[in-house]
Amino acid sequence: MRLLAAMSGGVDSAVAAARMVDAGHDVTGVHLALSPSPAAHRDGARGCCTLDDARDARRAADALGIPFYVWDLAERFAEEVIDDFVSEYAAGRTPNPCLRCNERIKFAAVLDRALALGFDGVVTGHHAQLANGVLRRSVDIGKDQSYVLGTLRADQLAHAMFPLGDSTKEQVRAEAARRGLAVAAKPDSHDVCFIPSGDTAGWLRGRLGAAPGPVIDALTNTEVGRHDGAYSYTVGQRRGLDLSRPATDGRPRYVLSVEPVSRTVTVGPLEALDRRVLRTTAPTWTSGRPSPLPLRAQVQLRAHGTPHPCEVSADGTGLTVTLDAPATRVAAGQAAVLYDDDTGQCVLGAARLTAGD
Amino acid sequence: MAYLDHAATTPLRPEAFAAISAVLGRTRNASSLHASGRAARRVVEEAREQLAAGLGARPSEVVFTSGGTESDNLAVKGLFWAARAADPRRTRILCSTVEHHAVLDAVQWLVDSADAQVSWLPVDELGRLNPEVLAAELGRYPGQVALVTCMWANNEVGTVQPVVELARLTRAAGAPFHTDAVQALGQLPVDFAASGADVMTVTAHKVGGPVGVGALLLRPGVAITPLTHGGGQERDVRSGTLDPVGATGFAAAVTAAVEDLDGYAADLGGLRDRLVAGVLREVPEAVLGGDPDLRAGPDAGRLPGNAHLSFPGCEGDALLMLLDARGVECSTGSACSAGVARPSHVLLAMGADPAAARSSLRFSLGHTTTASDVDAAVNAIGPAVERARRAGALARARD
Repeated sequence: MRLLAAMSGGVDSAVAAARMVDAGHDVTGVHLALSPSPAAHRDGARGCCTLDDARDARRAADALGIPFYVWDLAERFAEEVIDDFVSEYAAGRTPNPCLRCNERIKFAAVLDRALALGFDGVVTGHHAQLANGVLRRSVDIGKDQSYVLGTLRADQLAHAMFPLGDSTKEQVRAEAARRGLAVAAKPDSHDVCFIPSGDTAGWLRGRLGAAPGPVIDALTNTEVGRHDGAYSYTVGQRRGLDLSRPATDGRPRYVLSVEPVSRTVTVGPLEALDRRVLRTTAPTWTSGRPSPLPLRAQVQLRAHGTPHPCEVSADGTGLTVTLDAPATRVAAGQAAVLYDDDTGQCVLGAARLTAGD
Repeated sequence: MAYLDHAATTPLRPEAFAAISAVLGRTRNASSLHASGRAARRVVEEAREQLAAGLGARPSEVVFTSGGTESDNLAVKGLFWAARAADPRRTRILCSTVEHHAVLDAVQWLVDSADAQVSWLPVDELGRLNPEVLAAELGRYPGQVALVTCMWANNEVGTVQPVVELARLTRAAGAPFHTDAVQALGQLPVDFAASGADVMTVTAHKVGGPVGVGALLLRPGVAITPLTHGGGQERDVRSGTLDPVGATGFAAAVTAAVEDLDGYAADLGGLRDRLVAGVLREVPEAVLGGDPDLRAGPDAGRLPGNAHLSFPGCEGDALLMLLDARGVECSTGSACSAGVARPSHVLLAMGADPAAARSSLRFSLGHTTTASDVDAAVNAIGPAVERARRAGALARARD
């Protein structure tokens, strides 16, 4: 097959491309330039789209002996991922930009272009397994990325290949070293790639401007502090609240809700974050066919969160997900990815949380 | 492999290879006073004489540099600093909008950091600067112009500029004239003395010499402030240890390139015409950019080795990739350091809209090009355009 390997400059995508070359495919490497202003040396930027990463990707392609190009998707990335990230926070929700990037960039813009240009599919270094249209968790549960692929549709997955799902990260690193790939020891990326400083709150403040408002304690219904912008807060957040008055019960307080219109951030004790019933937007079903409802399943609510056994039922066009035991720190905007009840390994579908009670 | 990207770098000529090989094993410092030093110096000076002879210049007018970018920077900044030092009112740079980035960005840097003023001189839809535009701008700023810079021939669309007339107008206004002749050399008769230019950029790797060596031709008496300071080599204009290997390779390449230039240019133009005709036959909607007058000879309006073509509905970088996969190597015209294609400033200056500017390819022919290279490109272009158009339609459907 003619395959397009998305090469970030990291160890995973390099090994994924290498495995496809070994399997006899005709592989072309592409590095996606996603940064609005390709970082120059003097910028000292880091993240997924620096010149260092482009160079690492190029050198990996050299080592594999495959053609290599840089595709400029900065404009599209800014519209589909960065703008969405900002508006979600502005609306008091908690988005996952990696998931959005997979859904709108890697397996949409890139995949569409690849197919139009005569490629048969797109290869990435995601840690997940895909066989016969079934998306499963990686054997390396600690590195499993099936969650951020959870919203992909059947037609997208039909042209996707994840060659690393049967290996642990350690095995991938060892293989990279054995293959002489210079990225073998490169650290994993963690931050949001377009916020290289890691300071999401500060970055959002720069985009959205100061919008001060009160921090209200849910127990006493009194103002216990002020903030510069409600968008800087995430449901479940504990650090950085900077409250002027201690809680009456002396226990740590967490962000319970963010209300963008009145700019109100409500804080309270951890147990007030417990949620059993979650509501979602319309789901995408991985198989391409809606699963019969109601349905027993396991639901995962964050990238490396634990799965929760649950019952899923229809709720208008969306879903109601009723957890067997309450989950904590659940925020609107997060993706609810459903896995099969028996093994908890296979992705059934995904939807975005709207609210819970 | 059909290599049709000679305007980027043309393969080393055998004459240059031989000249380099002859001295590579015995490099010494050409500024040393002992016998080995003198031998190295002799290599440099012979290269200087040979180069000057090939360029219509005197040996004393040749300043060796590391290549076109350094020569352009030295010319723009050096002329500006010297002119302003001599007369504080001379702070204005007149620069065409289709210059190479080595000139454009040097000018912009002076504007940003040295309080230079700039007049960006517009070009017509063929990419040519009308001398009347220059004359009018010179008339608007009497006694204030530090330098005028306009390339001899454009690297993307191949348009030849009326440098003799531009140089004459500039000199009449009392300002120095710089021309970047990097692309012209080896394809057009380039005679420094006859051109009337005061300062001229040339580089080796575009004519079959090695990468990493070039020259600035500098008429005596033209004041220029150096960029680099140190050992005082090259008449104190360009400090840095002399490079006998590069110089001799450069000189040999230029000598070979200017020998029977007329015959070579006619042959090259013939191959280029075959390419253009073939592509237009395969893809009738393709558009030739730049000067459509394809005649070769001393009055040529276009470089004989240049074929700049736009393919409506396609993205140039998609086409490039598809052709590359079929062994046909060309360019989209301009690329930044990350390899990300941006719409070409040259095409935008010629009035193209950004989408059209992204849909072009530059095929550039050179001394190793054969009819079979051209035919390979012609054979590959049809299917590539078909695919790229499908990908382009997707992108547009979204907008």
